[in-house]
Amino acid sequence: MEVFKYNQPIIGFMANAKKFAILSLSLVIISFGLLIFKGLNYGIDFAGGTVIQVKYKGNAPIQQIRDILHQHKSYKNANITYFGSNSDIAIKTKTTSKDVNVDISDQMNTLLKGTGEYEIRAVDMVGPAVGNELRTKGLMAMVLSIIGILAYISFRFEWRFALASVIALIHDVTITLGALALFQIDVNLPILAAILTILGYSLNDTVIVFDRIREGIRTIKSTNLSDVIDESVTRTLSRTTLTSLTTFFVVLTLYLFGGELLKGFSFTLLVGVIVGTYSSIFVASPILMWLKFSISEFRAKEAEKLKREKERERMRAMYEQGTL
Amino acid sequence: MNKLNYRVVIFLFAFLFGIIFSIPSLMQSSEGKKITLGLDLQGGLHMLLSVKSEVAVESKVKSIGTTIKYKLDDEDIIFDDLKIEDKSIKFELLDKDDLPKLMKILKDDFKDINIKQEGLKFTLTLNNKLIEETKKNAIKQAVDTIRNRLNMFGLAEPTVAKQGVDKILVEVPGIKTQADEQRIRELIAKAAHLQMMAVDEDRDARVSTMSEAEAKQYGDIILTDVSNPKKKYLLRSIPILDGSMLVDAKVGYDRQTNQPLINFKLNGRGAKIFGDFSGKNVGKRMAIVLDNKVYSAPVIRERIGGGSGQISGNFTPQEAHDIAIALRSGALLAPVQVEEKRSVGPSLGADSIRASMIALIVGFLSVVVFMFIYYGMAGVIADIALIANLFLILAIMSLFEATLTLPGMAGIVLTVGMAVDANVIINERVRELLHAGNSITKSIEQGYNNAFTAIWDANITTLIAAVVLFAYGTGPIKGFSLTISIGILASMLTAILGTHGIYQWILPKIDKNRLDFWFGIKGAK
Repeated sequence: MEVFKYNQPIIGFMANAKKFAILSLSLVIISFGLLIFKGLNYGIDFAGGTVIQVKYKGNAPIQQIRDILHQHKSYKNANITYFGSNSDIAIKTKTTSKDVNVDISDQMNTLLKGTGEYEIRAVDMVGPAVGNELRTKGLMAMVLSIIGILAYISFRFEWRFALASVIALIHDVTITLGALALFQIDVNLPILAAILTILGYSLNDTVIVFDRIREGIRTIKSTNLSDVIDESVTRTLSRTTLTSLTTFFVVLTLYLFGGELLKGFSFTLLVGVIVGTYSSIFVASPILMWLKFSISEFRAKEAEKLKREKERERMRAMYEQGTL
Repeated sequence: MNKLNYRVVIFLFAFLFGIIFSIPSLMQSSEGKKITLGLDLQGGLHMLLSVKSEVAVESKVKSIGTTIKYKLDDEDIIFDDLKIEDKSIKFELLDKDDLPKLMKILKDDFKDINIKQEGLKFTLTLNNKLIEETKKNAIKQAVDTIRNRLNMFGLAEPTVAKQGVDKILVEVPGIKTQADEQRIRELIAKAAHLQMMAVDEDRDARVSTMSEAEAKQYGDIILTDVSNPKKKYLLRSIPILDGSMLVDAKVGYDRQTNQPLINFKLNGRGAKIFGDFSGKNVGKRMAIVLDNKVYSAPVIRERIGGGSGQISGNFTPQEAHDIAIALRSGALLAPVQVEEKRSVGPSLGADSIRASMIALIVGFLSVVVFMFIYYGMAGVIADIALIANLFLILAIMSLFEATLTLPGMAGIVLTVGMAVDANVIINERVRELLHAGNSITKSIEQGYNNAFTAIWDANITTLIAAVVLFAYGTGPIKGFSLTISIGILASMLTAILGTHGIYQWILPKIDKNRLDFWFGIKGAK
């Protein structure tokens, strides 16, 4: 089966680059707006607090539970919601307790007595100090991986490629965070893992397009960068779509079947896969053009490199023959 | 078919290796190295504790106070009541002639102590070195003590480890009920601080109306009875001896009431102090205090030699058992607090395993079928590599006895989607070359060549993100980055080297007139 034909006419991506730039820019601005005005909903991993999952036999008496807990001074502001089904509830509260002996789950057991047959399935409590530490570490992880990737691409390609891919990366992460803010998804450690995966994934896509552009610079006759980019992007379109599809499939199955605990994680990935694919085609490549990447310069540099290598080889050969 | 080439041989070996070493994990056999399930999948308790090491410093001061008092008594040095205030030991010497003797004792037996002298008044404090040492020791001791307790409790493979400067990580898998969890938490947190204290018989009659401050003035302390909070005792605040001189503690039963109680035994030094004290204080009461609660205060009838004693209270057999464990493993020098707690019930863990397995199977099948439909036999070859990849991930994780967490499962599912990427890139290249009219051999060789740099660069960038995640992540997140990293590395072997080898091996079978079947393309020249 072939969706994209071999003799697929080259698509004029770069001619429409401005339109996509406007789209991207507005998405990024909207995301920033969401992040500022709505804000990320930090979960307990980063903000501290407690989440208790309770499973009832039969339907959970959510109203009764709310009434009981809201009367208690520690749980006045507790947020009680269904969790995946009508018999599961999640109790979220800012309250934490340092006491090892008697903790929130014990207290919860006393409070919920008489609400029916239930089982406390999980308790996650993160003290404020730990939350801060996790947040700092998470931020560090993000910054460090961006620096690492930037360094690697500069080394393998050229600084403009690195800059373009990092801008695309920031574009993807911002929009993903915007989506998290829009849907007020709890931002916990797994979400951070998902965002870092998107970093890697989106880059993966961008690198493959760039690799084709790098190849195109050598093989395509035109010195017009936008022609080279158009042709390269068209040639990789099939691959980009297919890989995105397979990844999208599995992330979708994770979202649908992976259980309530992986919902936020897989949602983040879903958004990231879509945005990451889009950005590798419509964001990263035009930026390369706008950064005034010059093909002739690049070719000259490559030729220079080749010459130096040849020279070195000649020297080595001479050395081995004993003439030097 | 061609002769076996080195690529396909390596691939087959890797495949076989993957199958063999993932068997113990897949079969959950007891033999061989296998993957352990994380607490989030098998259920259990994860706690990050912090140690209040300041308290250890305070009790260090107290215990130095106790020893000084004992030494001075022993040497017949007369001094006015020894008091502990604000982390310092204060006392006044009554006889000036004892000064050289006192100085000698302080110099010889108590190093790392600052001595402030005003006339015959002494104030002793710990120096910074000793304070630091005491704090460090308290943390180390807490780790050892908690580990001992959990081991003695007989649980399967608890983990107790120091984390960072002053935190302790405790992981206890396989807890079945909440009551069990609470019992374990109590065992961990129990100070198990045993003290024998003299009752201040001169003033005890007034204890019910006495304030804490007044008691302090006399060098006393007010403690309550364990079973009756209204009943108070006035005790000398410097204990006669404490649990550090304990060598054994066992559950026993009272002969008359058949109530569980705890028999303990003191070491030689403790037995001597106990004997001396009881000999000198016949007719007075001595309180047995555990974690600042008075369990009993019997009247001393005669000198008690041999150094054994009993703690009685209204224990259930379970409580007595846990207290005995706590006493045997030693007191916590400083109390611990919970900074982070994650507890997962066994049923939730089982649900998570089921859900992520379904996601893995559905995701895997849809990718496998998709690859076959789109690429024909080339897709099947990619699928074989994908299966080998899955086995390799399991095998490598088994060999390292790595922990599989829920995010780790998600990582494996994600790898399924991303590992075929390499084959998609390769197949697209091969198709391009076939369309351009190249021979099958040339298309395959050239296709692999062209695709290599892209796959390499893309994988390395993902790997960079995964490694950073591993270095900075905690617990489950580490599991995620681990499976992703192993998946990427394994895919280089299976998806690039392995499939290449298979093509070279079966090359003569590939019919150039059936490119539709082999590569899923029509109309190539």
